[in-house]
Amino acid sequence: MPKIKIDKDRCKGCYLCVVNCPNGLIKVSKTLNVKGVKPAVFSGGKCTGCKMCAVICPDGGIIVYK
Amino acid sequence: MCGNDACGEGAVLAGCRFYAGYPITPQNELTAYMAKRMNETGRVFIQAESELAAINMVFGAAAAGMRAMTSSSSPGISLKQEGISYMVGCELPCVVVNVQRGGPGLGNIAPSQGDYFQSVKGGGHGDYKLIVLAPSSVQELLDYTFLAFDLADKYRNPALILGDGLLGQMMEPIQIDSGIQPKFIDKPWALTGCKGRGPNIIKSLYLGDGVLEEHNKKLQEKFILMKESEVRAETFHTKDSEIVLVAYGSVARIAKAAMEMARSRGKKCGMIRPITLWPFPDKAIEEACNAARKFLVVEMSAGQMLEDVRLAVNGRAKVDFYGRMGGGVPTETEIFQRIEAMA
Amino acid sequence: MRPKNRKTKKRKNYPAIKQSNDTTTVLFSQPASLYAVENHYCAGCGHGIVHRLVCEAIDEFGIRERVIAVAPVGCAVIAYDYWNFDVTEAAHGRTPAVATGIKRVRPNNIVFTYQGDGDLAAIGTAEIIHAANRGENITIIFVNNGVYGMTGGQMAPTTLAGQRTATTIHGRSLRREGYPIKILEMLAVLPGTKYLERVSVHSAHEVLRAKRAISKAFKMQIDNKGFSMVEVLSMCPTYWDMTPIQAADRIKNEVSTFYPLGVIKSC
Repeated sequence: MPKIKIDKDRCKGCYLCVVNCPNGLIKVSKTLNVKGVKPAVFSGGKCTGCKMCAVICPDGGIIVYK
Repeated sequence: MCGNDACGEGAVLAGCRFYAGYPITPQNELTAYMAKRMNETGRVFIQAESELAAINMVFGAAAAGMRAMTSSSSPGISLKQEGISYMVGCELPCVVVNVQRGGPGLGNIAPSQGDYFQSVKGGGHGDYKLIVLAPSSVQELLDYTFLAFDLADKYRNPALILGDGLLGQMMEPIQIDSGIQPKFIDKPWALTGCKGRGPNIIKSLYLGDGVLEEHNKKLQEKFILMKESEVRAETFHTKDSEIVLVAYGSVARIAKAAMEMARSRGKKCGMIRPITLWPFPDKAIEEACNAARKFLVVEMSAGQMLEDVRLAVNGRAKVDFYGRMGGGVPTETEIFQRIEAMA
Repeated sequence: MRPKNRKTKKRKNYPAIKQSNDTTTVLFSQPASLYAVENHYCAGCGHGIVHRLVCEAIDEFGIRERVIAVAPVGCAVIAYDYWNFDVTEAAHGRTPAVATGIKRVRPNNIVFTYQGDGDLAAIGTAEIIHAANRGENITIIFVNNGVYGMTGGQMAPTTLAGQRTATTIHGRSLRREGYPIKILEMLAVLPGTKYLERVSVHSAHEVLRAKRAISKAFKMQIDNKGFSMVEVLSMCPTYWDMTPIQAADRIKNEVSTFYPLGVIKSC
């Protein structure tokens, strides 16, 4: 099953991936990263590998696997 | 051949691959000459939309590793200062020709030497110098334009040809093919596409703490090297002259005639003609101080090179000045009368 | 075609792609022409996306070793810290003139400029119009976020009517500051322009469209078709005083209604 990996320390907290995931599988973390922001995290669930999150990420922080 | 054409031919002989210009009198013959010759020889000529665009096109061609030139006259050279400063900062070679006219402002289209300060003190923003060559004949316009390309490449710094409307328009017979070959050097820093190497970056932005200071120190070291190696001047009778004229460019021709007039009447008169206005020939002037009691600086300005002569003389002799402005050209009689009054 | 030596470039900071087992394949990662370093842009800034799209197009055409880029003055001035190919700076707005100089002496290289709206639509208006009018065979990537970002959010020529900026604190007044400039529509009347498209990066779908436009623009140059330009509407959450999501919505609902998306000219 496809999945994504978010580099939490690269995340600047814009959350554009959160609103662009068609299945709402990306959430905001409750803990801070090294930048002091709450990074986006993959919540698991049925990822279709549509890559929308990675496409919109301005910081190159998301890799999509099949 | 007129001076402007000779300048263009010097560039063609030096292997100039790119020229961008913009019309302004009294350098228009040069742009027209380049339009003809660059196309004939399969090189690039562009009539730019402005002097700003012209110098920045030259920036691009130089960054790509090609010999490039632009030319203009005083008001246009003011516009080019931005690009020239960037080129020094980015260590890009190019040749800029200034066929000076009267100023300030739109001024007039008559010859002038009012851009001396702008040429030798930097001209744009930041701490920098250009190699400034001042030809005084049509032949020299060709020869020094040719030389300017070699010097620019050698130091990765723009070089400036400082002429004026008189020289640009003057017709003289010249020898075009001297048989000297241009000194092309490798430019591993040039932008050619990064095939087989890491990317090349051309930049003048250094934001890190102290990095820009280091870059400036490196530039200053180059300027010191130029000062040690590139000073050029012509001297006449300076070993035994009590009165020494100092003049450059077209005025030097008139001053020389005045000097000869004075010598024919028994006056111990000599002359120094700086060929490089920067680096300035301080030593030639210092040496002339051994015999000279008085210097007479002659310029088509309110007295700009005068300041550099005073610095070089450093109080060892009296320094007098005769100048005309706004397109006025000193006559040999006027200069001779000043020599007589000094003696 | 993948350049052989790209793995020798400094990619040290990029998180290594962990292959959990042999059947795992990567569906999406960053293009090789983009250094694996973090960018300096604010959260939600569109520059990071556009940088990547440019690199993706370059990698797909296999032209990394032929590319010479001209970086602007503005937020993207240090683009060469992110791009793994030859780059030069240019003075503010002179970018298309510099690109002209490069392309004319190196016609076999692929030359593009990357400019913001202050650089291209204000101080560099003469340079862009005349490069376009000469039909220079170069590609322009024009990132339009409607403000001067690097200097602190001042009004740009492209700032919308009523928009608050550091220099229009009560909003841009059309009487006082004039109208926002539609550069592509202006350039479209010039016979020298061959491909002009406006895209946006406010959503993933629009990013994919932007990618196609940028690829097309490079293809035009590769095929020696002439002047190509893509205007990218981009978010500046910091100086729009919004969250990145609000900024993306603003492009969708407001900015793109004034600056219509789509192909403006193609021939």
